[in-house]
Amino acid sequence: MKTKSGIMRLLIKASAFITFAALFFIIAYIIINGMPNLKPSLFALEYTTTNVSMFPSIINTILLVLLTLIIATPIGVFTGFYLVEYAKRGNKLVEVIRITTETLSGIPSIVYGLFGMLFFVYRLEFSYSLLAGTLTAAIMVLPVIIRSTEEALMAVDDSLREASFGLGAGKLRTIFRVVLPVAMPGILSGIILSIGRIVGETAALMYTLGTATKMINGFFSSGRTLSLHMYVLSSEGLFVKEAYATGVILLLIVLLINGLSTYLSNKLTKGRLD
Amino acid sequence: MKKISFEGFMKGVFMLCATTSILAIILICYFIFSGGVPFILEYGLKEFLLGTSWRPSNTPPAFGILPMIFGSLVMTLVAVVLGVPIGVLTATYLAKFCDKRLYKILKPCINLMAGIPSIVYGFFALVVIVPLMKDVFGGTGMNIITASILLAIMILPTIIGLSESSIKSVPNSYYEGSIGLGASHERAVMTVVLPAAKSGIISSIILGVGRAIGETMAVILVAGNQPRIPNSLTKGVRTLTTNIVLEMAYAADAHREALIATAVVLFVFILLINAIFLIVKRRTLN
Repeated sequence: MKTKSGIMRLLIKASAFITFAALFFIIAYIIINGMPNLKPSLFALEYTTTNVSMFPSIINTILLVLLTLIIATPIGVFTGFYLVEYAKRGNKLVEVIRITTETLSGIPSIVYGLFGMLFFVYRLEFSYSLLAGTLTAAIMVLPVIIRSTEEALMAVDDSLREASFGLGAGKLRTIFRVVLPVAMPGILSGIILSIGRIVGETAALMYTLGTATKMINGFFSSGRTLSLHMYVLSSEGLFVKEAYATGVILLLIVLLINGLSTYLSNKLTKGRLD
Repeated sequence: MKKISFEGFMKGVFMLCATTSILAIILICYFIFSGGVPFILEYGLKEFLLGTSWRPSNTPPAFGILPMIFGSLVMTLVAVVLGVPIGVLTATYLAKFCDKRLYKILKPCINLMAGIPSIVYGFFALVVIVPLMKDVFGGTGMNIITASILLAIMILPTIIGLSESSIKSVPNSYYEGSIGLGASHERAVMTVVLPAAKSGIISSIILGVGRAIGETMAVILVAGNQPRIPNSLTKGVRTLTTNIVLEMAYAADAHREALIATAVVLFVFILLINAIFLIVKRRTLN
């Protein structure tokens, strides 16, 4: 019996070791091999066939993230408001919205990409453009924002709401002045997670945003994000060093984003305990 | 009066926003299905699903996607076989074997793992696993095993996240009862706590399967992408997802419709997986 327990313990520890070793190895490998390739020329203003600068892609990524959040955040957060603060228990609409949100979050990004291509690019004739990419990405991150808003709002103690109503505040005032400030870290960490999702996205953007190499200069202009840039470089196989360098930048962004989101959700948990 | 109507107005706005996701899913279904189903009906469902040759540029062209369905399923199956035990045991470690301070570091690592873009995973596999496979099995190194190892790593955070929370939500009295009856810590966890968390663990596996079937950009770099049914795990394959990305850029007419029809098949797979997930989850709640 004792040896059986020992073997079990060993297997469990070995599994955990494999998981975390894989993670650290991937990060360390990309960063160690990529750092020496981070040359200043890769941040040149223009992309040329000899110097595959990632600077235009960085600007494109920032533009895409900002625009997507401007569209998706209010819709997602307001949906959360409705689901938690307004809808009554057992409301059929809430049930349907929950199921659609779950379904949306399970749809693979290539299906989003194809939908974006068929609807935004061809039907609405946006062509490969920032607008088509943004709208596709916005639908994709919506479930992330809805869910984190829902969870954050539900974590707010009901006594706060009751106190606010008791003092004569209306529903809206209660939501924006009392509930929202407490739930803010949770909502923010959801928004930050969706930034990560947009930055890392490739399949959904390839046939909506397109893969043009220039800097985006309008809603109907095509461009590529950092991830798309890295995909094109690594599938062509001509600029492996540059692909490494792009990988380093992507990883640094992801590390930063995850750090922030962890910090914020810790803050939320602490706020709940107080 | 004015204030009340503003409250009502905002409630309307919130409700309108809430219906956006319903609208989105309707639009997605409409465009994918209306783009692909007519082609399937015209070409023949059986020929499309069970046809073994995919030659879009032949005359007459052949659009059989059985190799891709096979590719997606085999790759996912191997990834699940490799990834699930490691994932579930890691979740067990995080929930029951790991001290608090270590947990505070390891838990964010799992989130980080989920946050790494698939293109970075794919690139890593391309520069590390592919050459390794080349040495071991010969050929190009781009084959089912390479892609499955990669997918196994990529589905780990999905499996670990959900499994861990379901293990943690098992009432502590189960564990204590088992210990009280003389079981060791390991035995109590493995034979009492894990079985009690079964449905959560199963739903984490279902989600992992969904993620593996839907993965595109990482797989495309390392799977070889040959549209034929492989006769061994060391041969390259093409999946449903990669078929779409590879050829969409230059496809036209029937070829394009065939690719959208490929997405229909993928979408139906995903919807089925989602439905199973929701059913399992609901059963857990009740």
